[in-house]
Amino acid sequence: MAELEPRTDGGGLEWTYAPAPESRAIVSFEQRYGLFVGGESVEPRSGEWFTSISPATEEPLAKVAQAGPEDVDAAVAAAREGFGAWSELRPAERAKYLFRIARILQERSRELAVAESLDGGKPIKESRDVDLPLAAAHFFYHAGWADKLEYAFPNRRPRPLGVAAQIIPWNFPLLMLAWKVAPALACGNTVVLKPAETTPLTALLFADVCRQAELPPGTVNIITGDGSTGAELVRHTGIDKVAFTGSTEVGKAIQRELAGRGVPHTLELGGKAANVVFEDCALDQAIEGIVNGIYFNQGHVCCAGSRLLVQESIAEPLLGKLRNRLATLRLGDPLDKNTDIGAINSRAQLDRITELVASGEAEGAELFQPACELPDRGYWFPPTVFTNVAQSFRIAQEEIFGPVLSVMTFRTPAEAVDKANNTAYGLSAGVWTEKGSRILWMTERLRAGVVWANTFNRFDPASPFGGYKESGFGREGGRHGLESYLRFDG
Amino acid sequence: MEQATSPARQVEPFEPFEPRLTRIGAVDAVALEARAADLAKRSIKRGSKLEALDLIVRMIDLTTLEGADTPGKVAALCAKAVRPDPVDTSVPSVAAVCVYPTLAAEAKRRLNGSGVHVASVATAFPSGQSPVALKVAEARAAVELGADEVDMVIDRGAFLSGRHAEVFDQIVKVREACRPAHLKVILETGELGTYDAVRRASLLAMAAGADFIKTSTGKVSPAATLPVTLCMLEAVRDVHVETGRVVGMKPAGGIRYSKQAIQYLCVLHETLGRDWLTPQRFRFGASSLLNDVLMQIRSQKTGVYESPDRFTVD
Amino acid sequence: MSRLPVRKTYKLFIGGAFPRSESGRTFVADGQNVALASRKDARDAVRAARGAFARWSGMTAYNRGQVLYRLAEMMEARAGDLAAVCGGRDEVDRSIDRVVWYAGWADKLAQVLGGSNAVAGPYFNFTVPEPTGVVATLAPDEPPLEGIVSRVLPALVSGNTVVAVASEPSPLAAIELAEAVATSDMPGGALNILTGRKSELAPVLAAHADVNAIDLTGANGDVAELERLAAGNVKRVVRGMPAGESLWEIEPLVEMKTVWHPVGV
Repeated sequence: MAELEPRTDGGGLEWTYAPAPESRAIVSFEQRYGLFVGGESVEPRSGEWFTSISPATEEPLAKVAQAGPEDVDAAVAAAREGFGAWSELRPAERAKYLFRIARILQERSRELAVAESLDGGKPIKESRDVDLPLAAAHFFYHAGWADKLEYAFPNRRPRPLGVAAQIIPWNFPLLMLAWKVAPALACGNTVVLKPAETTPLTALLFADVCRQAELPPGTVNIITGDGSTGAELVRHTGIDKVAFTGSTEVGKAIQRELAGRGVPHTLELGGKAANVVFEDCALDQAIEGIVNGIYFNQGHVCCAGSRLLVQESIAEPLLGKLRNRLATLRLGDPLDKNTDIGAINSRAQLDRITELVASGEAEGAELFQPACELPDRGYWFPPTVFTNVAQSFRIAQEEIFGPVLSVMTFRTPAEAVDKANNTAYGLSAGVWTEKGSRILWMTERLRAGVVWANTFNRFDPASPFGGYKESGFGREGGRHGLESYLRFDG
Repeated sequence: MEQATSPARQVEPFEPFEPRLTRIGAVDAVALEARAADLAKRSIKRGSKLEALDLIVRMIDLTTLEGADTPGKVAALCAKAVRPDPVDTSVPSVAAVCVYPTLAAEAKRRLNGSGVHVASVATAFPSGQSPVALKVAEARAAVELGADEVDMVIDRGAFLSGRHAEVFDQIVKVREACRPAHLKVILETGELGTYDAVRRASLLAMAAGADFIKTSTGKVSPAATLPVTLCMLEAVRDVHVETGRVVGMKPAGGIRYSKQAIQYLCVLHETLGRDWLTPQRFRFGASSLLNDVLMQIRSQKTGVYESPDRFTVD
Repeated sequence: MSRLPVRKTYKLFIGGAFPRSESGRTFVADGQNVALASRKDARDAVRAARGAFARWSGMTAYNRGQVLYRLAEMMEARAGDLAAVCGGRDEVDRSIDRVVWYAGWADKLAQVLGGSNAVAGPYFNFTVPEPTGVVATLAPDEPPLEGIVSRVLPALVSGNTVVAVASEPSPLAAIELAEAVATSDMPGGALNILTGRKSELAPVLAAHADVNAIDLTGANGDVAELERLAAGNVKRVVRGMPAGESLWEIEPLVEMKTVWHPVGV
């Protein structure tokens, strides 16, 4: 059979994926963006601007206003002024505005996905397949609630709270906007939204979506700036509600700031999720779940499965498979459709990841990184796995918010539960086993707001999301999420 | 190249399984399908694309398995197999022509010296519902009639009723009977019901000595799918990692377009790496796929979309 | 000759036992010497509550409901004693009925507060209420019995364990209640009751990192400071009706847990 394969040389074909970049041409950023207040783009009274850059190339994308105290005041006033009309609008009409927004997000999804990847560094396959579809779905889902609140809360006479101050993080800029804005508007509130300093651009494009939807002025107001803008917004006495997603540290500061003020607030904070893998799991899918759990969005995910708890009996084959799988991950241009791991969101975040990884090595954990070429410019960190991690190491305790997995082993389900719960956080957890009764036993005991069994990092507008313990309180999504934007007269 | 260097023969089938048994485990359908769908979205480099199409041609087992097959039909197919595109001689031959045993001799005659293999189905294809002795005899006959490769079917009746040992024994017997031919073991995944069963059958077939495992006869729907192929490739990978043994994979049925075939190669590459990107380790069981690939090759070269009328129907 | 009655010593209720304050201090209230709980007593009570959490929350809801109903039975048997240390028989009756009302919720919460969620994908997704953990409750000063009952029952029914600070001016009702609890099959530590100064105990509980929620309904003094302290571990801060019953008193002290599982063969 010498002729079986006249043209092969024994080795297989060199298989290369095309650089398959999404066209940037679909997005045109303005040179600079004012604040979106009262339905218009306005110059910041602070007179200050900052530049939003692409973390993949460090190229400047646009200048953005730095909102100061006067700007915050103007935005809150605009939201207050808008509240009357918006809250008194017939709920069915309110619903239709939200449906409009959902549709416009779908229509402009490619543009927004590219903008998201440019400004935030996340792979286009994620912004295209996860962020944008989910953002649109959140508006679609909540639109339907706007005129059905009486059914969600029978006999309780739900009423809007008023002006909602919303502060969102940089990891899912547009999706977090949707998580915040959609339920707030559906319940009849108006909004002052503060996007993250490093990722303001899709929120500013969303302002244009609001204009296209002809949303009444003042219903949605968007003010950009750094942490001081957010602090100013929370301090403002004209707000009726605070919704915050971000670090536990800032969450605590907000809770302190609001002490004694009687302003309802919901906090969605950090996490250090345990992903618990039993020996009888569907191993190859568990590997995918582990990879998705920690390398999705470069690990910039509050519910990331950053602690892998693997049953000792399969630790060796599992880690072998995991290392092999990591070698297939593609790191690079976020706009390339074949990219699995994009850029780290900012220099500051890269520094934090680098520092924590150094601490892991110093404490004696064993580091694995696949051979991986990092681009010369921009902020990058290779997918990283630490083995021989003790529960006491910083990398097992602190939220790294990067593509870094800490692996620990356990022997029995009870030990797995003890280790999984041994954290101040309680946002999410994962369980991998083919045994149904064990899944339910584990899910009952894991102290976390979301438990993914035989899957990880799934999100849906109908599915409540939020933490136990120091991961915050309140839920977003589902009927439970509405409750955070209503008061009850009944 | 002699039989001994055929990759599937590098290691005896049983011995490596002694020290360390490949874990049967389970397969989660949703995650498996999600992974396959994700890989299907990859796009390959324009330069690699022509190479990939060339490789796909070389991986094709050009197949006709009809009751109405005649020597004439097989002769035409063999001509196509050897020189798929008479206009473009740079297009390589396919890997094999796959026929029923009665037509193996005709195929052998037509293909002699071309480098294209004769593959014959056997073992009461497609149902496998025949006495073992007859199935073994049929496989032996196919080889005597000229088959370089034998595509057997497993006894799904036995498998689904839990008589796994029986399935195993039958494969072993056929394996012995059809030496020195290559043995491809068809699982008929469309009848197995679950990915767990597909994985179990894959490991069983490999343990029994299969050189290739193959999804389908083409007579049952669904035939090959991307997720079921991924599932089988993961089993192939596990056996390779744990025993060093190399087993090939052949999705068959339902792969009609170049774009689909490239998706299969993506799944193959991501699961087993470039070592498997060779006809020695991967085949497509297909018929109409070839013309689509030929069209794409010409389009790639000319930059113009092609008409099916310019490619022979065989 | 008339018999000299045996007087009761009013002590704390921690981990199912009735210790004196570790500080040895007492204060006079309702004409009695009452244990004046210290910071360390609060710490011990939190430890007892944490220790009881797995057992109390791990019971079947039906069983928890039965235990709480049993508490009502025990209170009924002590109605006279209770009436003597609170606003009277009417308050006792309302309190007992309130316990019965909440007891009935135990096995219905999941149906009313939870549910399954139609997600856009091949996943089964459901949400269930679970207890928040250890709850510190500052019981209202008035009414002394109905107040503490109205605040601790909504916490207990979902499986939380509780450290309650009794009415400061009228603490005897709470201790009398503790004696009913002690005979009700409730696991030791599920409900712990401290008597003493809220100004001393509340900041300790508000700042305690192993307390998951604090009920400030009966707080006095610098409430904003308590809320600030509560932020130290992102405590849930609740306020409710000093006397009354509602499902919405239960809800702020549960966590919604959402579980996903793929649907496939």
